Amino acid sequence: MEPLQIAERLKERFPDEVLDVREFRGQVSVTIRKGKIAEIGRFLHDEPDLYFDYLVDLCGVDYLGKKDLRFEVVYHLYSIKHRHALRLKAEVTENDARIDSVMPVWIGVNWHERECYDMYGIVFAGHPDLRRVLLPEDWEGYPLRKDYPLKGPAQEWSGFLDVLDRSKKYKQYDWQG
Amino acid sequence: MEDIEKPFETKELTISMGPQHPATHGVLRLVLNLQGENVIKCTPHVGYLHRGIEKLGENKTYFAALPLTDRLDYISSMNNNVGYVVAVEKLFGIEAPERAKYIRTILAEMGRLSSHIVWLGTHVLDIGATTPFLHAMVAREKILDLFEMICGARLTVSFPRVGGIRNDISQEFLDQLYEFVLDFPSKMDDYETLVTENRIWKERTVDIGIISLEEAVNWGLTGGTLRGSGSDYDVRKYFPYDAYDKVDFDVPVGKNGDCYDRYLVRVGEMRQANRIIKQCIENLPAGPVMADAPKFTLPPKDMVLKDMEHLIHQFILITKGPTVPEGEIYVGSEVPKGELGFYFVSDGTGKPYRMRVRAPSFVHASALPRLCEGGLIADVIANIGTIDIVLGECDR
Repeated sequence: MEPLQIAERLKERFPDEVLDVREFRGQVSVTIRKGKIAEIGRFLHDEPDLYFDYLVDLCGVDYLGKKDLRFEVVYHLYSIKHRHALRLKAEVTENDARIDSVMPVWIGVNWHERECYDMYGIVFAGHPDLRRVLLPEDWEGYPLRKDYPLKGPAQEWSGFLDVLDRSKKYKQYDWQG
Repeated sequence: MEDIEKPFETKELTISMGPQHPATHGVLRLVLNLQGENVIKCTPHVGYLHRGIEKLGENKTYFAALPLTDRLDYISSMNNNVGYVVAVEKLFGIEAPERAKYIRTILAEMGRLSSHIVWLGTHVLDIGATTPFLHAMVAREKILDLFEMICGARLTVSFPRVGGIRNDISQEFLDQLYEFVLDFPSKMDDYETLVTENRIWKERTVDIGIISLEEAVNWGLTGGTLRGSGSDYDVRKYFPYDAYDKVDFDVPVGKNGDCYDRYLVRVGEMRQANRIIKQCIENLPAGPVMADAPKFTLPPKDMVLKDMEHLIHQFILITKGPTVPEGEIYVGSEVPKGELGFYFVSDGTGKPYRMRVRAPSFVHASALPRLCEGGLIADVIANIGTIDIVLGECDR
């Protein structure tokens, strides 16, 4: 099915949820409200003529100062059977950075959601194991947010200071002897 | 006898495998909860190699971010480079000339061969066969030597460019590569004689880590890991880029979705990669290797040294970056590990507003509990080898 047709189907089924449809270089993005994301995911996955069985990717984008609603969670969907693709973008505010998890529909989204939480601080409600995945669990701040400094936080991570301390301590031993 | 037949009372044991463990292919840590020899829970911990490549990419121009992609999957950096430039070219709306496309296809398939050779060597080494590893590394050495010949680097090549490739390749390179390609199938036969019908190998891999097709798709597995379960999803066939729509190759597909089928698929892929290289060398067209798109590609170096206009042009492109159309794009490419995707959000400046890397190893590592739980601890090693992960790509 043509991507614009899929967007039309989605608009018919969820008229209040779809905010915007855009095309760029043949790829269609549909901006939606975040409220019914799990339901929309289920619809796209189960409908036989859509059948988006493969969730390619999930990631967050921070539009600090560019858009009213700060974050977007971007879903890249693909149907291996029908060979069509769609990009869903759910808008998330800064004050209420929460969105439903789509893990019941695509289980492979597990670590993508954890990473999004890790990097942007967006909470995925209903995710069974929402911990940081790439960064240490006691890390402070969300590095991929646009207001996070590129060179890292002013205060070194406690775990690193710990290692420095320990290396000082070990220097007093004579390892060769 | 009675004593032996009595069921053992075992306590649950938690062990940490890695981060420094030779069979985890990098710094992967698995926390395994064991009941005797059975794995009842497996929790992977990743992130030891996290270097913030996505954040760095957002602060560099499109040209300057290319060497970062070398550091994703560091044993097949050529494929990452090709995936990156293909994505950026699509965003810019430019197209590389035919010759550059063919050369990039050759290089990507060489990268695939070299990566699969490492996979084959280490996978069978983990399970106990040392000989194939030693044999396979010889062939890889030849490929790396050829890489060195064209760009001076063996591993972190950074050779393709947005709009083409860095410089044209020599006839000497093509001759040596052709010689290698003609010889390679017999080498493949050698490796396969040692492994494919080996009884120990089959005992360790047949019916181990089975994942059904539906489940594999739902987990988001790609590449050889998915095709072992019976799907023919291959980005090279589904979204042909470079010269893949002009060469003839098959996509090997497995049936049972176990470690052995994934092994057969990847071995088949190596033979196909060899076939693609051969066709590309035979049909290599003549012509330029850089696109004629002055707004988006760097001017030729000899002109920069001679001509003021070109110098100014180069200066602006390097410092400010090109003026890119506003929009967002996701482009996937088939790297040895699976589907490597780049998602760019462009705000019209020379730097990507958001650069997202969809790393296949990250998804595959997340599926490890699914493959390992319920099996034996020895099968964990087979499963890590079979999903073919590289932690540099997983952690980005």
